[in-house]
Amino acid sequence: MVNQQTSKQTAGHPSGDKRFKLLEVAMKRHQYRHDALIEVLHKAQELFGYLEDDLLYFVSKRLKLPPSRVYGVATFYHFFTLKPKGRHSCVVCTGTACFVKGADELLECVRDEIGISPGETTGDGGVSLLTARCIGACGNAPVVVYDEEIVGHQTNEDIRSQVKGWTIGSDGA
Amino acid sequence: MDLTELENIVTKEAADRKPCEIRCCIAAGCLSANSNDVLSTLRTAVEDSGMADRVNVVGVGCMRLCSQGPLVGVDIDGPLYCRVTTDNASSIVATLNGGQGEAETFEREDPFFAKQTSLILKNCGCIDPERIESYIATGGYRALHQALFELAPSDVIETVTRSGLRGRGGAGYPTGVKWATVAKNSGERRFVVCNADEGDPGAFMNRSVLESDPHRVLEGMAIAGFAIGANQGYIYVRGEYTLAIERLNKAIKQAGRMGLLGTGVFSSPFDFRIDVRIGAGAFVCGEETALMASIMGQRGTPTPRPPYPAEHGLWGMPTLLNNVETFANVPDIIRNGAEWFAEIGTPQSTGTKVFCLTGNVVHNGLVEVPLGTPLRTIVEEIGGGVPNGGQIKAVQTGGPSGGCIPQEHLDSPVDYESLGKIGSIMGSGGMIVMDDQTDMVDVARYFMEFCMDESCGKCIPCRAGTVQMKQLLSRIVDGSANRADLERLEKLCDMVSRTSLCGLGQTAPNPTVSTLRYFRDEYESRLIDSTTAKANSNGATCQ
Repeated sequence: MVNQQTSKQTAGHPSGDKRFKLLEVAMKRHQYRHDALIEVLHKAQELFGYLEDDLLYFVSKRLKLPPSRVYGVATFYHFFTLKPKGRHSCVVCTGTACFVKGADELLECVRDEIGISPGETTGDGGVSLLTARCIGACGNAPVVVYDEEIVGHQTNEDIRSQVKGWTIGSDGA
Repeated sequence: MDLTELENIVTKEAADRKPCEIRCCIAAGCLSANSNDVLSTLRTAVEDSGMADRVNVVGVGCMRLCSQGPLVGVDIDGPLYCRVTTDNASSIVATLNGGQGEAETFEREDPFFAKQTSLILKNCGCIDPERIESYIATGGYRALHQALFELAPSDVIETVTRSGLRGRGGAGYPTGVKWATVAKNSGERRFVVCNADEGDPGAFMNRSVLESDPHRVLEGMAIAGFAIGANQGYIYVRGEYTLAIERLNKAIKQAGRMGLLGTGVFSSPFDFRIDVRIGAGAFVCGEETALMASIMGQRGTPTPRPPYPAEHGLWGMPTLLNNVETFANVPDIIRNGAEWFAEIGTPQSTGTKVFCLTGNVVHNGLVEVPLGTPLRTIVEEIGGGVPNGGQIKAVQTGGPSGGCIPQEHLDSPVDYESLGKIGSIMGSGGMIVMDDQTDMVDVARYFMEFCMDESCGKCIPCRAGTVQMKQLLSRIVDGSANRADLERLEKLCDMVSRTSLCGLGQTAPNPTVSTLRYFRDEYESRLIDSTTAKANSNGATCQ
């Protein structure tokens, strides 16, 4: 029994990337159930940052699901991304409260400053600009999430200096 | 776990309580204003001043006044400090020794707090959401015990029915009736599902409850499980709510360890397991059939009803689906009785409702009032009106499925029926105040764009209709539309709402319809040359 478990766990991926083994453990915890697909994709994105084709194939094989089903689910939900993200991420909340308080202008400022629109990443892979439906911190609108950190009451100057700081930082490095 | 052990925890909590408690809000709103650092500064300050034996610093859930965070309260009725920074946090500790507090205070007598009634939010901002003992000390899990040992499942359903509780997700379906339907449908298994996929932009009530008082929801779900004969529950939470997910998982673990969830709840024959399912950012998953598809690992596309989830839900079994706030009401109803609950609110809409008051209003935050409270009381007295003496133009309720209530209807009571009559809906509780600077056509376009993006694409009226309506609205905003476009828009609104498969499409035109009803002049004034446009439109109809 123990041996079987180990052999299944170490099966992993031909590339030998250890993250696949961790993903395998997560699938095993869900007993490779088809209805755990979303949980598995969450784990995969957490480990790899984004879902590339090879990774989706791997999941589809291990869960014994058609690739079309895995791809269909991965592209249906906004949370899953099939493209790599930049080193820094700037998520502007576009919920109603933030909209009323000028979230559009914040997006405009980023476009003006570093030339990217929502969903895009700068050419050097430095900064990604994203939008969120609602962060749920409406009391502090407008809200922006800089690298996972939620910051409220943002002004045009705030967001400009933040993204500018990142691009200058990456130039220096 | 039995009743004596439960009471021992209550006694121990009371005995361990230090004379003074400093509470710092660490829910999402205040966290985004750096409250974690404030909390650690407070802790250090208490240690340094040698008061650790009599002062307890605790991180609590939402204290409601989200726009003025980070909030720090001294005891339940002591001063409430707002916009606390790491620089002035230690001065709050110094006040306990007679020092001068440097942080701003907010009067607890202010209408913002005085006009509210707390049932669901009673523990929010008072208890430590990460310790089950803290919830038990407030009488938590007593209702579950009472249901299991003193009531039959049918009594529980009967109590909920008599309380008049209606679904807090927005549609307002009588909760007791729903429970009874699920209970009478036969199936190998039954399921309880808590809808915590709070997708409306501008609404964060469920998030606050889950982050501040997770056990209340778990207890409500367990009672529901007992009533309808289910042994498995799911909470479907938005992926964006990382803190809520973390706290829920912690709460489920703690309750399991104490024997309050899992196999043999309170050592009775009743088993109840709760699993968290994390959503992946699709608004349509708030719709019940789509939500269930998502729990089963599929694309979140809705299916036609009937069959309703009550007879054919998860894996084809009878499934009870309720909102977070609905479940949160249950423990108190069981403990205090149906009559107690029915006395709050109006005869048709009993109890209280939590709203998220945001937008152009002085006090942004979480508000709980009895149903039937006039909108004006909420917006002008509790919310303090528009900042800098501005005028309220409209209040948007119900998110992308709701409508804009104009200034002249501010005296309407907030209950399911009254809001419906004036062209909006109660919705899940988002309430966004718009001042006279707000462009209503742009607001309508904003919501239409939202529905267009979120349409799952399964049915044509919603998939194609929202795109067309958004384009028409954009042209009106840009000033390049004519009267025929406006007529086309109105026809489309009617068609999409009548023919869409699920609630998303059926209600997508609502914001447009309600702004057209009350702010028609804003649309008409932008049409290009209305006389020629009129002629064109006549021509168009002859084709």
